[in-house]
Formats: sequence, C-alpha cells, structure tokens
Amino acid sequence: MKKDDFLALDFYDIGPGLPLSRRKFLKLMGGGIVILFTVRDPLFLEAQRRRWQQLPEDFNAFLRIGEDGRVSCFTGKIEMGQGVITSLAQMLADELEVPLDSVDMVMGDTDLCPWDMGTWGSMTTRFFGPPLRAAAAEARAVLIELAAEHFQSDPSQFIAEAGFICYKSQKQKKVSYAQLTKGKKIAKHLAGKAPQEKPENFSIVGKPVLRLDSVEKVTGKAKFAGDVREPGMLYARILRPPAHGAKLSDVDTSPAKNVQGARIIQEGDLIAVLHDDPEQAEKALRLIKARWEKSEAKVDENNIFDHLVQVAPEGEVVSEGGILAEGEKVSKTVITNTYLDGYVAHATIETHTALAKVEGNKATIWASTQNPFGVKDDVASVLGFPAENVRVITPWVGGGFGGKASNRQTGEAAKLAKLAGKPVQIAWTRAEEFFYDTFRPAAVVKIKAGVDTSGRITFWDYGVYFAGERGSQHYYDIPHHRTMSFGSGWRGTPGSHPFGTGAWRAPANNTNTFARESQVDALATAAGMDPLEFRLKNLKDERMIRVLRAVARKFGWTPAKPPSGRGYGIATGIDAGTYVAHMAEVEVDKKTMKVRVKRVVCAQDMGLSINPEGAKTQMEGCITMGLGYALSEDIRFKGGEILDSNFDTYEIPRFSWLPKIETVLIDDKNAAPQGGGEPAIICMGGVVANAIHDAIGVRVFQLPMTAERIKQASEM
Amino acid sequence: MSKKVRFKLNGQLKSLALDQTRMLLWVLRTDFALTGSKYGCGEGFCGACTVLVNGEAVRSCQYPVEDIDGKEVITIEGLAKNGNLHPIQNAFVEHDALQCGFCTPGMILNAYSLLLKNPSPTQEEIILEMEDNLCRCGAHVRIVQAVLTAAQKMSGGSRR
Repeated sequence: MKKDDFLALDFYDIGPGLPLSRRKFLKLMGGGIVILFTVRDPLFLEAQRRRWQQLPEDFNAFLRIGEDGRVSCFTGKIEMGQGVITSLAQMLADELEVPLDSVDMVMGDTDLCPWDMGTWGSMTTRFFGPPLRAAAAEARAVLIELAAEHFQSDPSQFIAEAGFICYKSQKQKKVSYAQLTKGKKIAKHLAGKAPQEKPENFSIVGKPVLRLDSVEKVTGKAKFAGDVREPGMLYARILRPPAHGAKLSDVDTSPAKNVQGARIIQEGDLIAVLHDDPEQAEKALRLIKARWEKSEAKVDENNIFDHLVQVAPEGEVVSEGGILAEGEKVSKTVITNTYLDGYVAHATIETHTALAKVEGNKATIWASTQNPFGVKDDVASVLGFPAENVRVITPWVGGGFGGKASNRQTGEAAKLAKLAGKPVQIAWTRAEEFFYDTFRPAAVVKIKAGVDTSGRITFWDYGVYFAGERGSQHYYDIPHHRTMSFGSGWRGTPGSHPFGTGAWRAPANNTNTFARESQVDALATAAGMDPLEFRLKNLKDERMIRVLRAVARKFGWTPAKPPSGRGYGIATGIDAGTYVAHMAEVEVDKKTMKVRVKRVVCAQDMGLSINPEGAKTQMEGCITMGLGYALSEDIRFKGGEILDSNFDTYEIPRFSWLPKIETVLIDDKNAAPQGGGEPAIICMGGVVANAIHDAIGVRVFQLPMTAERIKQASEM
Repeated sequence: MSKKVRFKLNGQLKSLALDQTRMLLWVLRTDFALTGSKYGCGEGFCGACTVLVNGEAVRSCQYPVEDIDGKEVITIEGLAKNGNLHPIQNAFVEHDALQCGFCTPGMILNAYSLLLKNPSPTQEEIILEMEDNLCRCGAHVRIVQAVLTAAQKMSGGSRR
C-alpha cells in the first residue's frame, strides 16, 4: 500500500458503530487495527493485492528494560504537542507495573521503533495502545516466569510491583526487572496470551498526569528538527515559483555567486543556494534572477465554490434509509441551504524542516514529520537507496494538525545533501509554509431537510462536495435520509483544487459538522422550538443524549426559542469514536458585526480517558484553534498564487480572543479509549454560527464568519 | 562590514567580529548553537524568536546585532540558574501551559519582561502583553494561568 493511501484513510472516520452489513472488515497494520472500507474502495482492492506492514509480534520491539531499571518504550508515533508521550508511557507503565517516571519514550526513529502508518486520525491511543499494552502484559508475564526460575519456585507465587517481581506472600523477597534481564533483550516468550490488567486495577491509566516533556521544552533544551547540528552542515534556500503551476522560463544564477561562500546547485527544476550561514543563503537566493510563466488564474476564494460543484465527480452514498419523497410530503416546513467552507492553513509555528546527511549509500534524516516511515520510503526513492539504508529520526515536532503528513522538505534536503556531499538543512520560510501547505480543502455542503408540526425531522437529504465523508453521517433519528459525498476530501480529483490540499485536524468533520448543526438549528427555529429540546426530541443515540445533557448542565442552559437575543449556541458531533457537545455564548457588535466568543463549554465522551489532564488540554486546544476557522482563517488566492504569506494577513487566534473555556469529561472507565486530539474542534464552526443566529437572528452560511460576511448576511 | 561586538550573553561576556547586518536570532542559533530561540515567521509577527535585551523582550529575528553592543542578552537557555527552573518556567510546567513547545521559549521570555515591568498584572494586562505571541496548539488559557501563578510566586520574594 502506498503511503498516500494511508493518508487518504484519514478522511474516513474510523470509529465504532459503522453499519457492518454494508462494509467489509479488513484487518490492517497489525495490533488489531481494523479499517472499514466500502467494497468498491480502491484501498480495499489495493489491500487484497499487497501484504500490508504489520506491527511486530515480538514484545521486545515495543520495550526494553535497561540495566539501570529504566524502561524504554519504542513507538513509531511522534510527539507534536498532542501529548501521547505521556499517555503511551502511562499505558506501558501501568501494564508493565513500573513507575511512570522510569519510562523513557523513544519515538519516531525508524531504526529503533516498530513500523507505524503515521501519527494522525486520533489513532495513537485507539490503535497503538492495545498492541503496546499487550506487549507490556506479555513482558510482565515473562518476567514473572523468569523470577520463578530465579527463585526456583512456581510462577503463581509471584506478583509484579513497581519494577520488581515479588513473592505474593512475602513482598520484601523480590528481584528487580533489571536483575532479571541485565539490559538484554528478553529471549523468552509466552506460549499463550498474557492476561491484561482490568480497568478497576489501573493505577496510572486514568489518573491526571502532567506532560512528561515540559522541562525540556521550558528550558530550550528540546531539540526540534531545525535545532540539530551536524559538522559541516549547510543551510539551503530553494528558488520557488510565484504560483503553483508556474513554469521557469529563464534564470540567471550567477549573481548569487557574489555572496562569498554561497554554493549554487541546479539539477532540473531544483535550484538551490547553500551556505553555512542561513542569512547568507537567503541573501544569495534573492540575487538570482528568474522569469516565470504563470498559467491563467481562473479561480479565487470567491468563485471556487461554483467551480468545485461543477467539477465534482459522481457522488457516493455514505448512508441512506427510507424514502426522501415520503418525508417531504409530511413536512410542515422544508429548508434548503448551501454551506461553504474556504481553504484553511495548518499554520504550525514550526515550519516544515529537515536535516539530511548522506554518507556513501546511507542516509539519515532528522525531520519535522507526522510520518517518519513515509519519509523513509520517500527519501529512499529520491536517493535511489534501498529503504533499509535510510534512517529517519523525528525530534520534537512543533505542531502538525495533519500538515506534517506531507513532507516535501525531506526529499529536497536529501537530494541536496547527496549533491553537495555535506549535511543540508532545509527550514521553510513562513511564505514557503503558506505556499506548500496542504490546506484543508474548500468545500460545499447542500442540505434539504424538513420538519413536521410536532417538531420531528421528517427527512434529510445531504450532499457534501470535496470535504470528505468523515463526520457526514448524521446521528439524528430521521426516518428518511440520504448522505452523499462528492469528490474526495483529500486531494480532490485533478483540476479541482489549484494547489495542495490534505488532512487538517479532524479532516472533513469541521465542514460537515458546521453544515449539519447549522441546518438542525435552522429546523429548530422553523419549528419554533428551543434548540436543545429540539435535538433531544430528534435523538435516540444514548451516548449523544448523555453528552448533550452534560454540556447543558455545565452551561446552565435554559430553554428559549431562537433567536433569543442571548447569543447562545449548541452543536454536537462524533469524531474518532468520541462524542462531543458544545455550548457557546457570543456577543455580536451590531455596528461592526464583529463577534466576540465569551464562553465555550464542551462535554466529551471518549470512553476511558488515559490521561484526563491531557484530554482536557486537547479539548481546550481544539476550542481555541477552532475559533480561527470559525471567525477568521481563509486562504486568499488567485489561481495557483497564494496571497497570504504570513501572520499579518492570515489571522490565527490570539490571547485576546480567549473565551472562558470549561470542559467536562464523561470518563467511562470500562469503555475502550477513543480519539482525543481532534473531536472537540469539530463543533466550533457550528456552535459559533448558531450562537450568532441566536444573538442577532442572522444565519451565516459560510466559514469563516467574518464581520463582513455577517454584515452581508444581515442585509439579505 | 565586520565589526567587533561586545555583549553579555546569559551572564557571560562575549566579544566577536560580526557582520553588522545580521539578525540576533541567527547569531544565537548559528554562532552560539543557542537553538531555544525559534524561527517562526521571520517578520516579527509570531514571537517565537523572543529574547531579552536589557530585560526587555525583543524580536530577535528583527534585531540587528550591531544594536546589542554593550547590552545584556538573555535567552531561554539562560533563565534557569544552577539547575533550578525560574518561577515562570516552573509555572509553565505545573499548568501544562504548552503543547508542542515551539512557541514556549518566546512565551516565557515575553512573560519575564512583562513581570519585570508589572510584577502583579491582572489577567487583562497579561492578555494585552502576550497578545502578539502566537500559539497554534491553543495553550493560551493555561499560559495566562501560568503567568498569574508565576507573578504570585515571584512577588513572594524569589524574583531575580
């Protein structure tokens, strides 16, 4: 399976409760990860043709006990702020019975860690967690057997506790893990399956724990890809086109030679300046004279939506039931709306960065990536090396959100390092970051839905264009419904997007949830009902009802017909197996139409929460980041030319935007843990849109909801 | 263009011949391997490169090295003393006031400068002073709490 196909998986929500009759199970990627595909899905066919990579069976691949008793945990996952460095360590420590502070995480090093598909889709806890726990459980059982041999006694006499195997009856009689293993790989394996700890016995899992990487990060010791230094390394700056699709017609690199020490490398389309001082490399690059031929710009941020609907391929049914026309017949009111969502940047504060070192037929790459094993394959193919000759090391990653699933910079650095014969670092400038970012795709959602005299939703006809199907399925109790998805949410079909698009935190679901929850609110308004009461009346899903009631309790919701003038909004959603419900209070300045989000309350049911403190941090981060796509973030472009190149025009949330944020975790200790990095962001468009409507009676159908758009909507 | 520049860097006197047009950020990162100061935007919009010059938070990506002659520069690497974290660093740890950590050095040094000028700021004053430091992960709520905690601890007498 090509790595690109793994990326596309992100646009399907992989959660429990999908209708199995219509879908086929496919076991994939080891460790019990199960991906559900439609039978006609190309991924399914690909899967039949290829043997996919599996996680190793040997538990030694996941952990190593050192001579000093410290435990190394190996994972192909990376840490980009989402906090799995802490939650994975908790899972390992609990199952292996060692103190949390004795665990060292080794992450994203392709020579040391087991293969991994990439860190995205809120999948770490859900799909790497179980095999990690299984490995730790087997290691613990084997250690007990080794201790039994050591004491020449029966294994049933022993118990594992805090890095020791002790006699159950006489706990002071014990042997440490380190004494048993002496720093070596454990050769012994268990014949059967090792029993895992029961949730009621968890001592570290489920407890709030502070991040394990903080001290390194507050002291400046934490090394990101751009902070790695190799002797003789050079900094590269690459000549970039002014627009996607532009062709280089003429270039004169000779003026760059006037900068002392500058090395110019030109191979095919790749023209770069290398220097041991990054500022001098930049200076030399600016001296290069280049002429470009741009293709005619046909689309921009205003007409892109018509274009997308025009070029959309045939739709695929995501789910359906009943007969739409029957539902329409019994409707008192039918509402047809079109919702729009623009391109959004990942805008991580760390730009895409890589350092490459090529020695003989071996390469080492330090990369800011969410996908070290994908980079390994990419670099091997760029250099023409066998993959096993390439090692990718992932230092701390300065934010990802899906943007670092694509790693153009790594191939560039590898190629230049090989050509230059020296280690080469590429750190994209902010303008390059905005240019090569794989934006959240612009998308259109068309919904026709009705409500009867009793306030029941009668039918739901939903079509999403180019966002993707994740989060498109509704979960309301609607007798007649159909959900269609037109065009992939990832790269679209050729000619759909004028530049790169890709996964952006909770891919597809932000767009789908904004549209669905706005429409549900519009139906509530038409029915003259309180939007909370309306949702509860149209829901049967007990988990959703539970989170909705939890958020209402915390918020202190009191019923009123919208628009009530209070500026209260509701939105709900499901992502990565996790249920979320948000309530918000906004204030709209009636003169300027500027929105101030004053308060956001979020309730989240993610099953068992491994680290409740980390989970809350992610919820707060989702809410804060989500304010950006709700209110301001919108890439401006002219064809392949990106007009936003820095944070002066592309506005991301700031301190002064902060609402009061309150989070409620419905911690279900006996349920399997679900995703936590993405779910709480999906409601931010919808909850703010509904609160704006409640404040001033104006519904905004396009994200972001800038003052200008609200003004336009209010004049209509 | 090369000229001698003398300055104090994290408590140590430095003297070196430098191209005057270079920006402080790159001198710190390249010549001194002090990589805690980050490149985020290169135009002073994000604050990831923030360092202290004579106690004042400045954008090192916009700060020509010629202007540091005779001054004192403190980077994130110079904040902890004898292995003891500064109260602001401690507060960031205690509050989980970071995620990816890339903006963190700039946040901490900006907070340091703010608390030097205003040892007991209100929440509103903190927000106002931190406004131009960007964080994409959304750690803002906790950063504000951390600065408040640090202010309380520091006014308790441990301020340096």
